[in-house]
Amino acid sequence: MAQAKAITVAPKVDAELARRLLSQMVLIRRFEEKAAEMYALGKIGGFLHLYIGEEAVAVGATAALRPDDYAISSYREHGHCLAKGSDPRRIMAELFGRRDGLSKGRGGSMHLFDKSKNFLGGHAIVGAHLPLAAGAAFAVKYQGGDQVVVCYFGDGAVPQGEFHESLNLAALWKLPVIYLCENNRYAMGTAIHRALAQTEIWRYAETYGIAGEAVDGMDVLAVREVVGRAVERGRRGQGPSLIEARTYRFRGHSMRDPSAAIYRTKEEVEREKQRDPIALFRGRCLKDGVLTEGEVKTIEKDINDLVDEAVAFADASPEPPLEWLTTDIFKE
Amino acid sequence: MSVMTYREALNLALREEMRRDPRVFLLGEEIGVYDGAYKVTQGLLKEFGERRVMDTPICESGFTGVAIGAAMLGLRPVVEMMTFNFAILALDQIVNSAAKMSYMSGGQFNVPIVVRGPGGPAHQLAAQHSQSMESYFYHVPGLKVVRPSTPEDAKGLLKSAIRDENPVIFIESETLYGIKGEVPDDADFTIPLGRAKIRREGTDVTVIAYMGMMYRALETAEALAQEGISCEIVDPRTLRPMDIETLIGSVRKTHRAVVVEAGAGFAGMGSEIVAFITENAFDDLDAPVERVTGANAPMPYAKNLEQAKTPSKEKIIAAIRRVCYA
Repeated sequence: MAQAKAITVAPKVDAELARRLLSQMVLIRRFEEKAAEMYALGKIGGFLHLYIGEEAVAVGATAALRPDDYAISSYREHGHCLAKGSDPRRIMAELFGRRDGLSKGRGGSMHLFDKSKNFLGGHAIVGAHLPLAAGAAFAVKYQGGDQVVVCYFGDGAVPQGEFHESLNLAALWKLPVIYLCENNRYAMGTAIHRALAQTEIWRYAETYGIAGEAVDGMDVLAVREVVGRAVERGRRGQGPSLIEARTYRFRGHSMRDPSAAIYRTKEEVEREKQRDPIALFRGRCLKDGVLTEGEVKTIEKDINDLVDEAVAFADASPEPPLEWLTTDIFKE
Repeated sequence: MSVMTYREALNLALREEMRRDPRVFLLGEEIGVYDGAYKVTQGLLKEFGERRVMDTPICESGFTGVAIGAAMLGLRPVVEMMTFNFAILALDQIVNSAAKMSYMSGGQFNVPIVVRGPGGPAHQLAAQHSQSMESYFYHVPGLKVVRPSTPEDAKGLLKSAIRDENPVIFIESETLYGIKGEVPDDADFTIPLGRAKIRREGTDVTVIAYMGMMYRALETAEALAQEGISCEIVDPRTLRPMDIETLIGSVRKTHRAVVVEAGAGFAGMGSEIVAFITENAFDDLDAPVERVTGANAPMPYAKNLEQAKTPSKEKIIAAIRRVCYA
């Protein structure tokens, strides 16, 4: 099987697609910035893991999917859920722990689920959702469907046994699942070279005899192209793929790691911010004349309004009724 | 009615449910080509093929996770743990994924899986293969836990477990696979989860026990009947949800209770049963409730030590005599 490290030549992009990709990335960025503000105001509790800096991965990958394809993620999943098309108002309400949240306020930031969008959830035990992704792909195959499952996870999940168990099972059973590693180089505060004997994560594909590719995770079009190839393989019955998207988290691991500077240098963070995926894509669209300054401004304004509306919606949503403490534990 | 072994009753339940519902499939180690480590799945590969009887490599966490993911999309997987002791490797998937999925997704995704296999004391299988595993699971909200003692229960309860919309932990026993009993032939025969069964009616003392301990309690009751002590034996069958009503009803009748369990006693099933008897029927009691439990030790290999670890007939008799002041 082909295990090429992708060196992607940027494909052409039309205005409609450019607008969609930029809107989604800006939406995730703005949503996360707002979530951080709301956390500071005490409107959001618990753990809050922001996706800022990694937007091109979720948006590029989702752009390669059909709406009936599935996605599943870890606890840093707001971006994946937004990209899959979930209502930002209901996501914010979930973060607020309110009645109109996607998960009725019982999941919180780490457990967003949206059945209507085939979003199979945010899962907060590192590595544990990788077998679930294989299982969803198993069900698709069992039922004779042609959907694929995209499974997002961080480099922190790679040393877990379940990463290896899942790749082995998915390869063995030729399951239509795309394991998309968002390598942001730190598992919480542990740098990748302190955690992995093999830091080129896409190379684990070789071990399991499946397709593996690395891609610049700051380039939304490159991600879309590489994931698109994996989607085609999955739909054609050629089994799973492992993609390593090289990206960077601009903020801390969670809101409780505000400086994010104990385990990495300020210089490094500043250097990586020079490759901000949104700035890169916006710059390119303007340079190529695909979008105008005015169009970009309109997108940004519309998104600001959308996120403000999400906050207003979440704020207005009541707390869950106390009866919900014990409902939905079982399905009747 | 047909007379069959407990093993055959399980096999029949799987076969009937697979015929009835194309969404039901099996996965686990050695269940197909090998016909099952304990032959519970014998012949199922031949009838249903590799698509529905999936041999897995040895990766309990991985294949249990696969089953949970498949269940989220509407399939109804039955996972075999070659022995339930191996389910500890899948504990995170069972506890953190399966049990909580419905709740933390606001009811959007339920997980209709059955995890089944043998557990508890067997024949000199030593510390890592003899644990009474139910205690790892019945604590967890979102799981149902079944321990079927007879061939009839094995069939009827397994069928209900497969039809249930929620994760069900179904723990059998190596020592019971060979026992025979009458089993209804009707393919629609099921036993609802959460209903206890009175195995023997009596008037002086309620003895609550399941699996091998239930049979030991029955022997004990026979012996004590000679002395004029009448024992009522109640088998919970489903540990969660527990049929408190039947258990309490029996205690209200006899005014005395002894709980027998094979597992180590500390925070065991008996602790919980004693607690709810105390909470619900304290004024009905004529004596403190007694527990007869396995010793608080890992299971030893040596035959005499293994016997000493597990509650004996003599210990059960002594406990019954104490509560009866006899």
